[in-house]
Amino acid sequence: MLENLSERLQGIFAGLRGKGRLTEEDINEAMREIRMALLEADVNFKVVKSFIARTKERCLEAEVLSSLTPAQNVVKVVMDELTELLGRTDSKLVLGSRIPNVIMLVGLQGSGKTTAAAKLAYRLKEEKHSPLLVACDVYRPAAADQLETLGKEIGVRVYRGEGQDPVKIAREGVQDAIDNLRDVVIIDTAGRLHVDEEMMNEAQAIKDATKPDQILMVADAMTGQDVVNVASAFAEKVDFDGVIMSKMDGDARGGGALSIRQVTGKPIKFISSGEKPDSLEVFHPDRMAKRILGMGDVLSLIESAVKVQQEEAEAEAAERMLRSQITLNDFIEMNRQVNKLGGISKLVSALPGGDKALGRGEVDTKALDRMEVIINSMTKAEREKPELLNGSRRARIAAGAGVSVTDVNQLMKKFNEVRKMMKRMMPAMEQPSKKGKKGKRRRMGIPGMGGMNMSDLRQLQDLMNQ
Amino acid sequence: MGFFDRISEGLSRSRDKFKEQMNVLLDRGPNLDEDFWDGLEETLILSDIGAPAASEIVENLRDQATRKALPDAYAVLELLNDQIASTFTSGGEEIFGGEEALVLFVGINGTGKTTTVGKIAKEATDAGRKVILGSADTFRAAAIEQLEVWAQRAQVEMVTRERGADPASVCYDTIERAEEAGADLVLIDTAGRLHTSSDLMRELEKVVNVVRKRSKMPVFTVLVIDATTGQNGLQQAREFNKALNLDALIITKLDGTAKGGIALAISHELELPVVKIGVGEGLEDLKDFDPHAFAEALVG
Repeated sequence: MLENLSERLQGIFAGLRGKGRLTEEDINEAMREIRMALLEADVNFKVVKSFIARTKERCLEAEVLSSLTPAQNVVKVVMDELTELLGRTDSKLVLGSRIPNVIMLVGLQGSGKTTAAAKLAYRLKEEKHSPLLVACDVYRPAAADQLETLGKEIGVRVYRGEGQDPVKIAREGVQDAIDNLRDVVIIDTAGRLHVDEEMMNEAQAIKDATKPDQILMVADAMTGQDVVNVASAFAEKVDFDGVIMSKMDGDARGGGALSIRQVTGKPIKFISSGEKPDSLEVFHPDRMAKRILGMGDVLSLIESAVKVQQEEAEAEAAERMLRSQITLNDFIEMNRQVNKLGGISKLVSALPGGDKALGRGEVDTKALDRMEVIINSMTKAEREKPELLNGSRRARIAAGAGVSVTDVNQLMKKFNEVRKMMKRMMPAMEQPSKKGKKGKRRRMGIPGMGGMNMSDLRQLQDLMNQ
Repeated sequence: MGFFDRISEGLSRSRDKFKEQMNVLLDRGPNLDEDFWDGLEETLILSDIGAPAASEIVENLRDQATRKALPDAYAVLELLNDQIASTFTSGGEEIFGGEEALVLFVGINGTGKTTTVGKIAKEATDAGRKVILGSADTFRAAAIEQLEVWAQRAQVEMVTRERGADPASVCYDTIERAEEAGADLVLIDTAGRLHTSSDLMRELEKVVNVVRKRSKMPVFTVLVIDATTGQNGLQQAREFNKALNLDALIITKLDGTAKGGIALAISHELELPVVKIGVGEGLEDLKDFDPHAFAEALVG
């Protein structure tokens, strides 16, 4: 298998940087690597071909070649082209003036339509609309039950209708919205294969019957080369308006987004990541471009960290940290938060260069878990006041956790170091810019991590490797 | 549409595709020129086999074509089919072969686990086996109801608990019930989860450990992979394998235009045999895996 993508790109461009001037041959080599990177990200073969041709042309322009920093320019051109292709502006969902507005969701089986429908309803509800969900999947067993359960959870009315005719159910659903004063109707349709003529005709019939304001196709971020066939078939038959990329919480690079955009010209509107109703986010082309190229997506990571923090406002813990009195309970809490964000490896890989460290096996991803096991073997009192731990207590804990006393000692050593680090960091957080102009550089904190910044995180990582 | 129509339709779809691709390659005539090799690489990449693997295969074939002085494109394609077919890891017959077995179906969301469990239950019951289903997907809304419908269709008993219950305890109950009822095939459906969610992966690890400890029957874990999956499929499989020590693969949704080339990479790297393929939503749209037929459909 190939080594990690960002590592490779960094590799080539480091090579290019060494030379002052780029030759066409250099550009060709870089393009070959970018081609591989895009293919590995599941961007469609034909899309890659035309993308590379265009990008290469721009890279060969005089201003790129003769500039002082040609390598950076190549990266910039690639990023620009990618972002451009993905849609320069964020395409938000625009609702029409007609009431009720009708939104119809289509897609393959298992792409995540029903989940996306519920998330969309939740989002609209948050925006002070009153949506209605209509269950038009009469084929998959219990599909309507699924939508009904989800609707109940988010407090949105669900119309499921009688019988086996999805066109009729859709029509009745719109009427139900009028009768019940709902201003947006979201029609969840059955998953269908793009080559299944009968089913595609049915989708068209639902469209004709309800005249949707927006038709959204739900596409799985993990889809491979075939996404082009799927998207063009759906575009031809039902002419959708935009795309929801689902399962973006995985580590697929989601090159399909680029292919869909390129082949159908339809914008990506939302990305859906996770099972929770609030995990439908507006699509950002620039972030997606970075993701496809495998460059660290720090912004999204910070956003997800903020969300985790909002979920449980642990003001108390934060305060304790401010007083630099973190306890072993905070240690466990920290581990859980890290796991919620996708584990240490995701956290580290989102940092620039992080993939490299992971690839070299420099980051021990299980270190925090082992710590948790040891801490779980302590009494409540010991966790709050680690000073209590004497030799015999340590021996007991070691036996309880199935580790050696040395492991316990090591944990305590690390804990004390973190505590010291916190002490050093906290004053800096409280008085951000007292040192005049030069001190104005604000420390970029990671929300939810008790005011740590990137370099502290790296320090923490070093600690764990000891 | 009758069952037989649907089966043959599902197959003819991939067969048409196979012919179509074959034509693309052979349209240019049987000559082994640059166009042919480029076309071959393109076809391989479009099948989701992965760009590095595709170039490697093409390089290798070029080399052999010169050394063995292969006459034309037909000979190369034949060689290619053999090569692809032999790249698949073989085995796995013991899982659904008739011996006592407990099989856990795992995978990411929406690959078709529940549907596959339903189809296998029906197939095995028809073959005269005593099957019990366990619905350990207590997370997704209406997953239990979905499997229940399949249980009724196949006329087998299903064990479950309420939504939100501990999946490990569902498995425990299922095994107890299976022993009471004297079942010889236990199929357990688990909740779909992304391989990147460490909490959910750990939960699944626990479920599998409980089952391995409790079950008197041999326990198998089978990864269900969607044929439309791209290069991320390998990463998925690696993570699931690391956590659960997988025994086999099932590829679903092969009735579309996706070729499922990623299955080749997974089967080869993780040494997992493909035990079944899914070619439709009907009860009988489940087939045994034939590496040669698969290779043919992949590139023609």
